[in-house]
Amino acid sequence: MTQQQTAGPPAAGHADPAEEFLDRQTPLSRIRNILHRYPALSPAIVLLVAVVVFGLLNERFLRVENLSLITQQVSVVGTLAIAQTLIILTAGIDLSVGAVMILASMVVAQLAVGSGTPAPLALLLGLIVGLAAGALNGFLVTRFRLPPFIVTLGTLNIFIAVTLLYSGGSTVRGSAMPGLLTWMGSTFPVGPVRISTGVVMMLLLYIAVAFILGKTAWGRHVYAVGDDKEAARLAGIPVNRVLMSVYLAAGAVLAIGAWIQIGRTNAASPNAGVDLNLDSITAVVIGGTSLFGGRGSIWGSLLGALIVGVFRNGLSLAGLDVLYQTLAVGVLIILAVSIDQWIRKVKS
Amino acid sequence: MTATEFQPAKTEVRQPILQARNLVKTFGRVVGLDGVSLDLYPGEVLAIIGDNGAGKSTLIKCLTGAEVPDSGELKVSGQTVHFKRPQDARVHGIETVYQNLAVSPALDVASNLFLGREERLPGPLGKIFRVLDTKGMRRKAKEELTRLGISTLQDVTVPVENLSGGQRQAVAVARAAAFGSKVVVLDEPTAALGVRESNQVLQLVRDLRDRGLPVILISHNMPHVFDVADRIHIQRLGKCAATITPQSHSMTDAVAIMTGAATA
Repeated sequence: MTQQQTAGPPAAGHADPAEEFLDRQTPLSRIRNILHRYPALSPAIVLLVAVVVFGLLNERFLRVENLSLITQQVSVVGTLAIAQTLIILTAGIDLSVGAVMILASMVVAQLAVGSGTPAPLALLLGLIVGLAAGALNGFLVTRFRLPPFIVTLGTLNIFIAVTLLYSGGSTVRGSAMPGLLTWMGSTFPVGPVRISTGVVMMLLLYIAVAFILGKTAWGRHVYAVGDDKEAARLAGIPVNRVLMSVYLAAGAVLAIGAWIQIGRTNAASPNAGVDLNLDSITAVVIGGTSLFGGRGSIWGSLLGALIVGVFRNGLSLAGLDVLYQTLAVGVLIILAVSIDQWIRKVKS
Repeated sequence: MTATEFQPAKTEVRQPILQARNLVKTFGRVVGLDGVSLDLYPGEVLAIIGDNGAGKSTLIKCLTGAEVPDSGELKVSGQTVHFKRPQDARVHGIETVYQNLAVSPALDVASNLFLGREERLPGPLGKIFRVLDTKGMRRKAKEELTRLGISTLQDVTVPVENLSGGQRQAVAVARAAAFGSKVVVLDEPTAALGVRESNQVLQLVRDLRDRGLPVILISHNMPHVFDVADRIHIQRLGKCAATITPQSHSMTDAVAIMTGAATA
């Protein structure tokens, strides 16, 4: 009748197996602890190694024009990765980020070109479209308690269909748009480098989101909700309100991403960005943010996006077939998730 | 209800901090609580035991706002209260440590202590940009741990998942006991712990009581219950079968009451 001992092996000989385990520091476990503490560290190392290796393979790689090109190529996926990081931190996933961005970009372009709406107003309406899309995702996730994967799989198709219906499948060229809409594609010189406005906008977004995630209660609540939803609720965090605000924030970021996308491609096309969904998830995962939520850093996602950009660019400069780029990205994803799993073992 | 009268340690009549009267809670046709009453006095450890399905969890959830009872009355310090959510109970100083759900593993000790009640920097940085006062919270977390006599947690910047099970439980208990709470409710605090870690947690419970903080302890573990409890509330089939003390009854008696083989 008496349950004399609770779980755990009988402590024969050892004072406390758990403490002994904690004290046992092999070099490997020390590395693991460091990586665990700084989730952006492993992608930073990967990026550094990749840049050095590709620089050695082809001297053109390290030229400033090429590096500037990589940042421009990364600006759209990098922005989507911000939205994706916010959602993945809450242990969700958003398959609709690309579709929302394209929808917003089509609305902005059509309004400005088709119906002659002033450009600032068109951008504002694009922001509202982004927020509305985020609100729909958030509403379905919080009210109906549907898994984010399913919700966004559904809204992905809905947004694609709405985009095609709305635009009639036609592309709006950048040359027809007011200058403000394509402003994100314009570049300005910084010393020998040309930086695009879109890259600056992306970096500003990263700084803002990093600040909010790191320094405010809301940021901490995002991590807590992703870490353990029930624990967060019992600690008095309004879980649904936090989730809703995350999806809204993601929607707003995606609308800004739409602006960057129009500038980068100098067009608004309903067929663009099919790969962008998966690329954004790739960037976040390679960046060390855990798909299980609650762990990761926004800077990791920027590094992840840069890693993908560097690999694609470096491999093509090395003269390899485009298929090898895809192959390399695939290997990177699996490596990144394996490392994440290994790091998470610190827990036990 | 044939309960042995509880004699307060001091002679004057004390007012219960937490009082429940005739709580009823049904889930469809299932009766979770069938008119349960309970008193918690200052500076005591009240254990709640009972078989699976006896209504322990439901009772605790009703006391801590996680469930709303269908009928019955709750009083905190003599004042009638209605809890609709856990925050309501927290506002009245009732803090709960739930089994296995106590902490956010990836956040550090200080963040966990302040989770849901973060403090912002003074001045425009905090008011406009809502910047957290991380340093201040860490300092206060340390002070609070010292005050509660929790010595196993030295570094409040360590992520909780790097701690041992006993230390994690200490973080959870510290969060519940800190910042002027009146009642601490512990749901199976030793269930997942080894022998030594369990003893640390039990010592923590005694320390809290000695500092005047009443504790409600839910546990399956009879030795633990008889070790720290001042009184034991036995749930059976949705009712309070008896309220006993470790002095008045043996563990065997308690189990007999729990299973219905005997009455108190």
